Amino acid sequence: MIHLETPKKFTALVAQAHQVAAQMFRPISRQYDRAEHDEPKELRMLASLLDGMNAAGGGGGAGAAGAGRERSSANEGNRNGSNLSTVLGIMELCWGDVGLLLGMPRQGLGNSAISAVANEEQLERFKGRWAAMAITEPGTGSDSANIRTTARLDGDHYVLNGEKIYVTSGARADLVVVWATLDRNLGRAAIKSFVVEKGTPGFELVRLEHKLGIRASDTAAFVLKDVRVPRQNLLGSAEVNVEKGFAGVMQTFDNTRPLVAGMAVGLTRACLERTRELLAGADVTIDYSKPARLQHAAAAELLRMEADYEASRLLTLQAAWMADNRQPNSLQASMAKAKAGRTCVEVALKCVELCGATGYGEDELLEKWARDAKILDIFEGTQQIQLLIIARRLLGKSSAELK
Amino acid sequence: MSLADSAMGLGLKALNRVAGSAVVDKLGLRQLAEKGLFQSTRAGFVVAGKLGRSFSAAQKLVKPARLSPASGTGLFDLTPTDEQQMLRDAAHSFALEQLRPAASAADHDSAAPADLLQQSSALGFAALGIPEALGGAGSERNAVSNVLIAEALAEGDLSLAVACLAPGAVATALVLWGNESQQARYLPAFVADHAPAAALAVQEPQPLFDAFALHTTAIRSSGGYVLNGVKALVPRGTACELFVIAAQLDGKPRLFLVESSTRGLSLQAEPAMGLRAAATTRLRLDNVKVEATALLGSAEDYAECIALSRLAWCALATGCGKAVLDHLIPYANERIAFGEPISHRQAVAFMIADIIVELDGLRLATWRAAAKAERGDDFVREAAIARELASSKAMRIGNDGVQVLGGHGFTKEYPVERWYRDLRACGFMEGVVLV
Repeated sequence: MIHLETPKKFTALVAQAHQVAAQMFRPISRQYDRAEHDEPKELRMLASLLDGMNAAGGGGGAGAAGAGRERSSANEGNRNGSNLSTVLGIMELCWGDVGLLLGMPRQGLGNSAISAVANEEQLERFKGRWAAMAITEPGTGSDSANIRTTARLDGDHYVLNGEKIYVTSGARADLVVVWATLDRNLGRAAIKSFVVEKGTPGFELVRLEHKLGIRASDTAAFVLKDVRVPRQNLLGSAEVNVEKGFAGVMQTFDNTRPLVAGMAVGLTRACLERTRELLAGADVTIDYSKPARLQHAAAAELLRMEADYEASRLLTLQAAWMADNRQPNSLQASMAKAKAGRTCVEVALKCVELCGATGYGEDELLEKWARDAKILDIFEGTQQIQLLIIARRLLGKSSAELK
Repeated sequence: MSLADSAMGLGLKALNRVAGSAVVDKLGLRQLAEKGLFQSTRAGFVVAGKLGRSFSAAQKLVKPARLSPASGTGLFDLTPTDEQQMLRDAAHSFALEQLRPAASAADHDSAAPADLLQQSSALGFAALGIPEALGGAGSERNAVSNVLIAEALAEGDLSLAVACLAPGAVATALVLWGNESQQARYLPAFVADHAPAAALAVQEPQPLFDAFALHTTAIRSSGGYVLNGVKALVPRGTACELFVIAAQLDGKPRLFLVESSTRGLSLQAEPAMGLRAAATTRLRLDNVKVEATALLGSAEDYAECIALSRLAWCALATGCGKAVLDHLIPYANERIAFGEPISHRQAVAFMIADIIVELDGLRLATWRAAAKAERGDDFVREAAIARELASSKAMRIGNDGVQVLGGHGFTKEYPVERWYRDLRACGFMEGVVLV
């Protein structure tokens, strides 16, 4: 039965997330944008509150940890589960502030990876810990199959060596999920992820980045020098299966891309809402009964942006809903990320333009959102990577054919 | 012959899956399913008399027969019901097996083949939502089903889909907004054999046409109305026996039922860039007198009508966009340039990736609006958004469709130039089709 509204059972969760965004994130948004690298202490308390909500059966909730395979036993029919509720919660929180959401304790992408591929023992062991994710290296951005950090089995431990950059919440998290290769000659199949405890000897934080946006979220660089990690900290199968290739680690992305798309959707809505308010003050409003060409140019622009926003939002909900219903969603996850990522940048920049000096100045948050937006079309797979994934899938091409 | 019988051709391919479903019995498909035979056509076509039939009420209704709002579980869901899937599959087979092969010639001839129209009428898509009280099979409002059908038919050919669905718009308008006497007078004809050709005429020729500020006027006169004005791009106007015509009354746009034989109504072929198989015509109203009973629905109903027609164009655009995508994928893989398939180039591959992204966005926005509409919720904003996407993204898809084929795309050897022409209509057309 086709129905694309927010399900009733999640309205309370969405309302709560909205309250957090409006009452807690927005008031400190500008403060932590200015004070880059200061940890927003408010988030620790908030995270405990959310843990409580989740434990009380809120289902899903705020951060990346909510995404993952549905583990419950067979349940016939349509499911609205934790992927959907999580993405809805994220949309609300990112309407508040993307940087603060990224800095939420225990809601990192590492948590999402653990949730997606960890075994029961690992799930239990890492429960309640904050996990960051380390994939990118100085010489390896989008081509993550090319990573150089190595993992060598030595007795009961893997020994990790290499360099990692752009680790979101790297300074504040308890754990870092590090991608490393067991054998560079075996290509992507040999890439595995390892949970590394902060404080493990040889695991050094070397710097924090200064960034265009999402300045409330710390972005760390690490060096790994003979870091010894217990072999039971490898996530997924230790076997190097050239046939299955990258599937294990890449599986995480099917669940996390809709979440990042959700971040973009939330930020887009924030921009649109504020711009609508400001333009209403200039007597410009959208008339939904009329097509764009019959309206004030600024109203027409708003309508176009709202259409792109809605397409992004629905593509994102589709990808999350498919994950809840155990339908393969790699294509839809990339479609959502591609559309939402580019839409949020276009909309945020256009909103600054429409509002002129007011939009550009620091008295409003519009200029900050336009800076924050850019990362959403880059991390978790750039626009171009998403289009490559979509195109390869549609056209049936390998990465060697369609480069 | 009732709709139940007319619907015999529906959904044969999906029958096994839904053999247990109630709709099988409702549409009279059980016997057919059990016999396992396909009556591909029932009868040759009959051209309606030029003066049209005289409509008269065969049965009296005490009150108008309405469909109840659709119900649901309230959960987010992208899965069509079994019944919707069956209709969609039936429309899809008809589209690919019948409409697509006929499309090029119909475009050239500026006419839909009569046997196709007859088949489409026999399949019952256009009359699906007519309530049981009037011989139809409808009980709940079915905007989503109509969207799925329009999408599927347009995948075969957009212009032919318009030709097939146009009479259904008039039937739907009567179901949704007709009073008991209007329904009793006109609706039985739409479930009978040889349902009339009919059209919902809203569009006018002036640039920057605004569906809420019509140039066509209705003036009260001796217990009735006098209509004056010009309507543009009316599908199969010369074949129509009944029109629903939009005109400004007391400063507000309203709908009027006008039979084709009414004095002062004239028609003229109006060939255009596309929609050629729908045989578009210009309709002139020169002091056309109609009775007071011709006024259909309220001013609010008119607004709903416009929103529903925009959604139907969105569904048509989605279906046509799907046709473009499905054509480009094998083409880009087979076409060799510089020693390898052009699909190995990002410049081409990314165009195709963008098509599916925007197409899916348009589809979902259309579905969302239609699902709200059939539940009786306000859907004006959602329809406006879907329409905006149809107007910009679907045209871009049509444009890229020709671009990927290059010079080949510009010739009539390939269908992409036709889709380019047809998709332009989806961005501005008002009226004609309803969901």
